[in-house]
Amino acid sequence: MTTSASPSSVSEGTTSSASSSASSPSSSSSSSSSSSSSAPVTTPASAAKARASLPAFHATGHAGRLDVAGAWLLGLLWLLPLLYAVWSAAHPSAYATRFALGAPLTLENFVHAWQAAPFGRYLVNTFVLVTVILAAQLVLATLAAYAFARFTFRGSEVAFMTVLLQLMVMPDVLIVENYRTIAWMGLRDTILGIALPYFASAFGIFLLRQAFKTVPRELDDAARVEGASAWQVLWRVYVPLARPIYVAYALVSISHHWNNFLWPLIVTNSVETRPLTVGLQVFAATDQGIDWSLITAATLMTAAPLFIAFLLFQRQFVQSFMRAGIR
Amino acid sequence: MNRTSASWVPWLLLLPALVLLVAFTHYPAVATLWHSVFSTARAGASSVFVGAENYRLLLDDPVFWQALRNNLLFALVTVPAAIVLSIVMALWVHRQVPGRALLRLAYFTPAILPMIAVANIWLFFYTPQYGLIAQVSQAFGWGDHNWLGQPGTALAALMIVTIWKEAGFFMIFYLAALQQISPTLAEAASLEGASRWQFFRRVQWPLLMPTTVFVVINAVINAFRLVDHVVVMTRGGPDNATQLLLYYVYQVAFSFWDTSYAAALTVVLLTLLAIVAFVKFRLLDSRTHYQ
Repeated sequence: MTTSASPSSVSEGTTSSASSSASSPSSSSSSSSSSSSSAPVTTPASAAKARASLPAFHATGHAGRLDVAGAWLLGLLWLLPLLYAVWSAAHPSAYATRFALGAPLTLENFVHAWQAAPFGRYLVNTFVLVTVILAAQLVLATLAAYAFARFTFRGSEVAFMTVLLQLMVMPDVLIVENYRTIAWMGLRDTILGIALPYFASAFGIFLLRQAFKTVPRELDDAARVEGASAWQVLWRVYVPLARPIYVAYALVSISHHWNNFLWPLIVTNSVETRPLTVGLQVFAATDQGIDWSLITAATLMTAAPLFIAFLLFQRQFVQSFMRAGIR
Repeated sequence: MNRTSASWVPWLLLLPALVLLVAFTHYPAVATLWHSVFSTARAGASSVFVGAENYRLLLDDPVFWQALRNNLLFALVTVPAAIVLSIVMALWVHRQVPGRALLRLAYFTPAILPMIAVANIWLFFYTPQYGLIAQVSQAFGWGDHNWLGQPGTALAALMIVTIWKEAGFFMIFYLAALQQISPTLAEAASLEGASRWQFFRRVQWPLLMPTTVFVVINAVINAFRLVDHVVVMTRGGPDNATQLLLYYVYQVAFSFWDTSYAAALTVVLLTLLAIVAFVKFRLLDSRTHYQ
């Protein structure tokens, strides 16, 4: 296996697509249809011509009625769980499973759920967890990616393969041994214990290595001529130039670890360390006689911070997922 | 700076990441193999070498076989279904559908919500008597069905949740790939009088191939890794109908505290992932029109 046979070939595709889509942001983002009239193409002239002919299957062609109906039917189906959650959480529990148009609106479910479980604490825990993981990942991945991208050294191929292996075997699968390690380190039921296995991210190293490789050598050499050390070159040249990749990776990492469940469930057993996902499950499972209004309210509170962030930064989010892929 | 002489510099840069990678990926993988040939230490009895004993138990364990079968079926159904749906979605929102921005949001939303949270909502959908599906089917006079409570339908119910969760996520990659395809190709095809299906089959689909390889691999890995909805919705039941390998590992290790048997189970899981890795590299090597 050469390095080019690695996921690199895949992500070269995705990163290149990202860089070109970044040059024409309106095309790749979920922008409104008005702005998307600037077709996602390289040459405006050919785009205009293509639009003039409007072949039935054309990228920017208008969809037929059947397509619109199908697309929206599927869209509604996809939104249904969220719509239900909002309905149930916003109405008294008598209406949780009864869909009457005149049902009174209320925010009481959120208040009750918030009081019934320490969601504030869970929120802080999740926030700390995600921040700690991201900070460690960024620093470690930057250093490793720099080594792979700009140094030729013996054993680099083997070292790189060692890294790439993690793309296949994620810490999630090795819960038994990792639990043993975390327990041995005395980190059971700590936020650090949840975070530590994810500090070294093969995906992050890989993504940044690709980004660093695209930095022109001339910039590097010029900085060296000016007397900058390798360290300074990294922080002054490479890191700033890879900023879009950092943003993309950060969003993917945050959403992944915000939503992660199984490993935190295993490591934590107290309120002080539980993240939102585990807290929600404890809340939903111990509740006697399922009160759907309470559960959906808690569910929405768990998903809300990330979801609101997603709504605010929708364009960046979608682009970063395109760019960065999984995790 | 001399790049070749100071050969310890790159290693120093790599050190922290490599140490952690080894500690939480490579070492545990090897330790799993090692522990799988020992017995679990119990009160009064320490761990002893038992050779293939755990694997022999595995062969005779109907739950293991069921979990393996379920997991393979799970991958075999959810991966193609999610991919087909994601391509259809991407083709739709690539065109000028009214409300395209909202539609993209609708498709992508499940990907951003925690599985643990949406599984709770789906749990309600599937609830007999007053769940959403029950209400709809009763309104049509189709009667009631305990979707998660019946061994015949429980796994399928979980698969639907997984497909719903993953399709929108994969759509993003296909959308990105579709936008890379030059519109002159569509133009040329329409001049040739190609139908929309022909254009997809002959132009778009081959050009989407690298994306498909990427998505398939990630989807397969996910199929063996994601068990959040099992925890919430069925806990492997009824009658192990929704038992998946990783969930069984979790149960054996953290409910029954039989860590060496869990290690043997994990070895099976690792073997399956190794097969995925092998196929991946073979596929990527043989790809001709890979950029």
